[in-house]
Amino acid sequence: MNNNENTPLLEVKNLKQYFDINVGVFKSKPLKAVDDVSFYINKKETLGLVGESGCGKTTVGRTILNLYKPTAGEIWYNGKQIKTKADINEFRKKATMVFQDPYSSLNPRMTVADIIGEPLDVHNLYSTKEERRERILELMDYVGLNSEHASRYAHEFSGGQRQRIGIARALAVNPEFIVCDEPVSALDVSIQAQVINMFDELQDKLGLTYLFIAHNLLVVRHISDRIAVMYLGKIVELADAEEIYSRPLHPYSKALMSAVPVPDPQVARANKRIMLSGDIPSPLNAPSGCPFRTRCPHATEQCAMETPEFKEISKGHFVACHNIDKIN
Amino acid sequence: MALLEVRDLRSSFFTDAGEVKAVNGVSFDLERGKVLGIVGESGSGKSATAYSILQILASAGKIVGGSIKFNGQELVGAGEKVMKTIRGNKISIIFQDPMTALNPTYTIGHQLKEAILLHTNRTKAQAKERAIEMLRLVNVNDPEKRMNQYPYELSGGMRQRVMIAMALACEPDILIADEPTTALDVTIQAQILELMNSIQKELGMAIIMITHDLGVVAQMCDEVIVMYAGSVCEQGTTDEIFYNPHHEYTKGLMRSIPTATSAGTKLQPITGTPIDLLNMPKGCPFAPRCANAMKICINQNAEIMEVCENHKAACWMNIKEAVEKGELKLEKSETQEETTNEQ
Repeated sequence: MNNNENTPLLEVKNLKQYFDINVGVFKSKPLKAVDDVSFYINKKETLGLVGESGCGKTTVGRTILNLYKPTAGEIWYNGKQIKTKADINEFRKKATMVFQDPYSSLNPRMTVADIIGEPLDVHNLYSTKEERRERILELMDYVGLNSEHASRYAHEFSGGQRQRIGIARALAVNPEFIVCDEPVSALDVSIQAQVINMFDELQDKLGLTYLFIAHNLLVVRHISDRIAVMYLGKIVELADAEEIYSRPLHPYSKALMSAVPVPDPQVARANKRIMLSGDIPSPLNAPSGCPFRTRCPHATEQCAMETPEFKEISKGHFVACHNIDKIN
Repeated sequence: MALLEVRDLRSSFFTDAGEVKAVNGVSFDLERGKVLGIVGESGSGKSATAYSILQILASAGKIVGGSIKFNGQELVGAGEKVMKTIRGNKISIIFQDPMTALNPTYTIGHQLKEAILLHTNRTKAQAKERAIEMLRLVNVNDPEKRMNQYPYELSGGMRQRVMIAMALACEPDILIADEPTTALDVTIQAQILELMNSIQKELGMAIIMITHDLGVVAQMCDEVIVMYAGSVCEQGTTDEIFYNPHHEYTKGLMRSIPTATSAGTKLQPITGTPIDLLNMPKGCPFAPRCANAMKICINQNAEIMEVCENHKAACWMNIKEAVEKGELKLEKSETQEETTNEQ
């Protein structure tokens, strides 16, 4: 699936997204949801983005699509920077999103056909009613929904089927790039596999590129070519999927990988888990220097003073840690 | 005699649309010091089973049959008075969502002390001491300070620790954990599971672990019950269930989860959607989604039968195999139906 071309399809440079949070009557404080994040995604590739709740992974996805206006940083698509309103409009015909919650992301007052057809209406992608109808039926066919479902409402469907509706809507504009924000976490295990397979098939069939955001590491590992690990608004490690599982370098990635419950009793019993003490600090009071230092078993004074640089250790393996040589 | 003996437990919810058989003939034994996992998808009846044991089903729900024996004492039909001595004292429960299970208007200390004062003869001062001791046991830092804090001041992992402390304060014999880590992050989940493990070893209680995460089961449980649409598909030791599954649903589940080696391959999902409990099929509830369903599966539910020691499954495929091997003889009419109606 890894198709290396010279220009990546999407490139994010030093992206920052701060939200102003009121902390007093007249005082506000920036919440650094995404703090200086850079990465690229090649054509037809899947980049997995993992991290715990509140680490900013969803915000990255939404900021890329300009659902939030970035505080700073650049977004490049196909070698062109997305800056003006016209750029954004054009970009949104190429890049869409599948949301986490199939219950709240579909309008309960619209029929399935209208939900899937809405992006077509917004971007004027048809000339006749008949064309619109045909396109909608084609999309429903892509995601395995029957044509008789078109006139029904979202509440008549199960979670897995609703997620299919959401995916059909994302596909309506014929996108090249889709941000998948926890698309399977609300689904039951048996349904989850159906939807994951569908993402796989659609990628092959339509040549799609995914940013796949999830907290279930086994799912991410299954679907991704490369994986980025986020912690408190920063990417701490990025590498090939297999590499990051077999040889995680950052102490947070190590703990995260070891904490995943493996569905195999013998492996699970033999598994040595690295326990992290404490909770994730609030992003409003993020620690100075390295964000992970308060829970890191290897933290030194330097970690509190300087933010570690996000640098390439071996080919395609990026890590942000001061003590990388000492730990490994 | 096992600590908890559940036999053919049946619970239903009586809704306007009809009777929903949420728990449909569940039987198991739980020994002291063991961890039993109940897995299944949403709506499979795993929580309803737990709630039936404690008799805390929502008002439309009722136990309609079967028996639950705790230490030899029958709980079905025993009445509220008896249940009050059991709940929170002998059998306690931690709920899935630590955000909503704690009362937001009282301090942590108040809620912990309430549980202790209700079930033991401790004085207020002793109860406070015990509460602090419990918080320390579950690794809450600064327990004295936490006693005066409200739930909103704590993180999700901390709240779940408080819930565990509360559940363990009266030293129950059985702890029911209803998806205790589903709402938590992976690293926090690891902490909580580790904590439950060590406390279980220390206090020697039994745990019923309800979860949909097969990874959690593999890590925590000695025995597993797999449920589908209110019925038990398969039950046995964890190793048997994972390495030697004998029910088509369990096999499908095991195939459909991504594993370390599945990247780049296709997962094999179970087709179809979960069943509507209001319109249950006549035969095996899994038959409509089962790739190997035979005619008999659609017409008649398979009895749960022993596959080997410590392993039972309710699947016609096993009965068919046993008949073919000559280990089992069916009555004539059934055998005929089976051999002639295969697809």
